[in-house]
Amino acid sequence: MTLMISLSEPFDYEFFRHALLAATMVGALTGLIGTYVVLRRMSYIGHGMSHSIFGGAVVGYVAGINFYLAAGVWGFISALLINATTRRRQIGADAAIGIVTTASFALGVALISRARSVTRNFDAALFGNLLGVSTTDLFVIAGVLIGTVVAIFFLYKQLLFMTFDPEVAPIYGVRTGMVDAVFALILAATVIASIRIMGVTLIAASLVIPPVIARLLSDRFAVMLVLSSVIGSLAAFTGLFISYYVDIASGASIVLFSAGLFVVALLFVSVREWIRTGRPVLATRDISSGDSQTGTAFD
Amino acid sequence: MTEIVRFDRVDAGYEGRAVINDVSLTVEAGEFVGIVGPSGSGKSTLLKSLLGVATAYAGSITVDGQAVEARRKPSVGYVPQLETIDWNFPVTVEEAVLMGRAMSSGPWPWPRKADKEELLRLLERLGIAEHRKKHIRNLSGGQQQRVFLARALIRNPRLLLLDEPTSGVDMKTRDDILHLLVDLNRDGVTVMISTHELNALAAHLPRIVCINRGIVADGSPEDVFTPEILQRTYGGEMVVVREGGVTLVADRPHVLDELHDRRHAS
Repeated sequence: MTLMISLSEPFDYEFFRHALLAATMVGALTGLIGTYVVLRRMSYIGHGMSHSIFGGAVVGYVAGINFYLAAGVWGFISALLINATTRRRQIGADAAIGIVTTASFALGVALISRARSVTRNFDAALFGNLLGVSTTDLFVIAGVLIGTVVAIFFLYKQLLFMTFDPEVAPIYGVRTGMVDAVFALILAATVIASIRIMGVTLIAASLVIPPVIARLLSDRFAVMLVLSSVIGSLAAFTGLFISYYVDIASGASIVLFSAGLFVVALLFVSVREWIRTGRPVLATRDISSGDSQTGTAFD
Repeated sequence: MTEIVRFDRVDAGYEGRAVINDVSLTVEAGEFVGIVGPSGSGKSTLLKSLLGVATAYAGSITVDGQAVEARRKPSVGYVPQLETIDWNFPVTVEEAVLMGRAMSSGPWPWPRKADKEELLRLLERLGIAEHRKKHIRNLSGGQQQRVFLARALIRNPRLLLLDEPTSGVDMKTRDDILHLLVDLNRDGVTVMISTHELNALAAHLPRIVCINRGIVADGSPEDVFTPEILQRTYGGEMVVVREGGVTLVADRPHVLDELHDRRHAS
């Protein structure tokens, strides 16, 4: 009884209910988009995007522009720039992204160091904070989630083809420029919607860990997509709950819980394969493209 | 016969650099053409310029009477080199094949009934229907090649382009693939393949185009597989043996002569 009361205690606070709802939606969102990010081998882009958007958010703050407007415009431009650089061969994509995003991040840091009064708000932006989730934030996150689900629903086949075989997809009529632009927009919106909960430094993990766990458990794209969203939601919900009791940054708590889930999934698949094949095997080979090499659980 | 492919003095390549120069070539509907040449000679570029992937910097290319730059793509099926496929990607055989209809099967994420029926018919014809629920990694080399052939064929193409379709597969699989392509060609599909396998594949095709940045020769294997033409195509000395209607080509590296001489001298 005492335990139940203790577990329900955080729900007495509106800020926590807001944060929990926001985190659950953010988890679903990053899990969904993360599937494409991981399979396109763009994991570093989530990291770069969040740092880039941080710069935009600081510029917006200093200039007195709405956070979502400033971060949105900045993020979309960054995403398009990143997409454009990944197509160039003269400069390595990772190096080009490093330049675009760290320059933007450095601009944010430079502005903060000039105006020290904003430091506290941006600590929250860097590491995530559950205190600051407003009703507006909830509507924005819900809007981004719904928009993303609708976009993925109607672009499902094109996105799948482009992710699997980017060379042949345009040959068969997929409008890669349009699909890439929509994806860049969705990715930017996802990062912006997630920044308050996850923090700039930890968003990349929430884009990567749930899809990697889902890939360990399934060999089917559609299953992986749904599973990744569910795992993202579950990890965000539980991680945030833990952060309340342990009193640590929400982003860190969610990422650590996700990492724990990953270890459990890895052990589960490895032990199952051990039993099946009779020899010990660690199912980790080329996990970025989802190769467990050992079969999956939800096939 | 009607003309299905026409290159008219074409320079084509990537990022401003032409890989093939001054190429003029016509292919009639129903032909089966092999493109041979050394690595980097422009075999793949020739095929990709028909798809609009390689850019034509000079001249004109038409497929089925339409310029390849046209927005409305002509009915062309393309099978890429298997080395370019990510075999760990989470897709099953039927998902991979249905990608061929990604733009023509309606706005919903799931396939239409007609698409599923066509899928099944095609997989049965190619002998991989029983594997349709399997992950693409869990197939043999020949079955994997058939998956991507099926993805091209589900578009009902009049022209089928294959980039090194027998690269890295065993002899039995290579024969199976060749038979399958001959069957498709007999059904009226025009086939163009690039290959580096002169004896195992190219020598059995009715028409061969030798390429080395430009067209060196064009004709039947008997016409083009001569030491002179092969020297101009590959830049090395080659021996051609004709025996009982079979043409065999072998390279003759001078280093072997040197080793041979050295052995006899000692």
